[in-house]
Amino acid sequence: MTYALEIKDLKKVYTGGVQALRGIDLKVEEGDFYALLGPNGAGKSTTIGIVTSLVNKTSGKVNVFGYDMDTHLMQVKLQIGLVPQEFNFSPFETVQQIVLNQAGYYGVPRKEALKRSEKYLRQSDLWEKRNVQAQKLSGGMKRRLMISRALMHEPRLLILDEPTAGVDIELRREMWTFLKELNENGTTIILTTHYLEEAEMLCRNIGIIQKGQLIENTSMKSLLAKLQFETIILDIETSGRVPVIKGYKSELMDEGSLSVEVARDQGINEVFSQLTEQGIKVLSMRNKSNRLEELFLKLTEETAVGDAHV
Amino acid sequence: MFKLYFTALKGLSVKETNRYLRIWIQTLVPPVITTSLYFIIFGNLIGKRIGEMEGFSYMEFIVPGLIMMSVITSSYSNVSSSFFSQKFQKNIEELLVAPVPTHIIIWGFVIGGMGRSILVGILVTIISLFFVPLQVYSWSIVVLTLLMTSILFSLAGLLNGIFAKSFDDVSIVPTFILQPLTYLGGVFFAISMLPPFWQVVSQFNPIVYMISGFRFGILGVVDVPILFSVLISFLFVISLYAINWYLIEKGRGLRS
Repeated sequence: MTYALEIKDLKKVYTGGVQALRGIDLKVEEGDFYALLGPNGAGKSTTIGIVTSLVNKTSGKVNVFGYDMDTHLMQVKLQIGLVPQEFNFSPFETVQQIVLNQAGYYGVPRKEALKRSEKYLRQSDLWEKRNVQAQKLSGGMKRRLMISRALMHEPRLLILDEPTAGVDIELRREMWTFLKELNENGTTIILTTHYLEEAEMLCRNIGIIQKGQLIENTSMKSLLAKLQFETIILDIETSGRVPVIKGYKSELMDEGSLSVEVARDQGINEVFSQLTEQGIKVLSMRNKSNRLEELFLKLTEETAVGDAHV
Repeated sequence: MFKLYFTALKGLSVKETNRYLRIWIQTLVPPVITTSLYFIIFGNLIGKRIGEMEGFSYMEFIVPGLIMMSVITSSYSNVSSSFFSQKFQKNIEELLVAPVPTHIIIWGFVIGGMGRSILVGILVTIISLFFVPLQVYSWSIVVLTLLMTSILFSLAGLLNGIFAKSFDDVSIVPTFILQPLTYLGGVFFAISMLPPFWQVVSQFNPIVYMISGFRFGILGVVDVPILFSVLISFLFVISLYAINWYLIEKGRGLRS
């Protein structure tokens, strides 16, 4: 099977001895929407940097759609589109110049580049701003420009390094829809993000990097299945009564909010029954935090504790 | 792949050209004003008292040197500042992630430097026509030395841009190295006028060969045999190209 991205025993030691990657093995299938998560400094950006030729690897193998990076670098580069974390276009060039330049670097002829620039700038709602200098765009527009730029050579693998950082929720949701469509049309997407809700909503598979090692690499479904407990918050009307829920760990957070820890095999019907019996009305219910967020914190904390014991 | 590389080179060259044309008031006007002042002060006012040099009026003698001086400064500063700015703003990453070979990156920047310096050279030549009539001894030598000088100093500017870590680093070399070498390279005098010791020292100044070669193309007089000038310039071009290629290929100051 040909993978969109296949990484074998990837190591990186920076000048000064900092070991950023300690032997990562990773496979991303063609057509996948893959989340690469990890705390700050875990090695996500180094991994992406190596795959996109911005960082020199110390050792290991990187293959993109079967092309070995060491022997077919130009072919590897042609397959990848990168949306980096920081704005890295020239602020003095116009929006259209930026995307046209990018197309030129990938050998897209001018006529075709002009067509694509209209297509992608319209898709990202930037066509009306095509003659505006990039420095005059808002933060959200700049983000969208980075995505349009990365798509100009129509890459098979799109790597997005925190693409929605600093983007308002409305725009973020628009971008999610756009990325989902792109993935449905066959583009493999690798996403790093700090918004775990975003990863849960978009990605089918997930890898978690911690201290230069891949500590989890599985499907989103099976990862979430590992979550043994979920904490829910109930907004309640107590009329002065203190709620007691037998068999559940619960805590009255304030007069109107009750936090209840529910095990996977318990279900929440019993909670409602007990509260109804006590004459307590449940007004609404919500998760204490995103499910993936709970797992992520648990996994990364476990690794940190494990390391501390070594 | 050849078509891809050609499109990439065209794209990068157009981008570099647009850059200096967009800020023409900073890139094209200052050298024209500076050399006009040189023409007026050194050529017209002081030159009249100096008399002839190598069989030509002083004004005629300094014209090739002043054209060359503006070509050297423009090609060097265009590439060093453009490359460093792209490093500083991180948009050099656009090139590093793209399938653009190092040779194309080098030539893209060099073409930008050549374009600006030749344009400045033409503007300075037009200004010189207000003071002296244009005469050319050998067009082929004029074109050859002009191209080689602009390539050489574009490559030197690129080298500066690769090593530079701040905007100060980009301005230090032109101020403390390039400018003195240019002034001492025979813009305003013939090297044969120097005492024997300084004539030997000036042989280590690459700018002497460029100015001497260009002056030969315009006036037909030389400080250094023309073949030797061309050979030395060519060796400098090859050496600087190889050093730049090696550094970019290794990612010096570009990749961690």
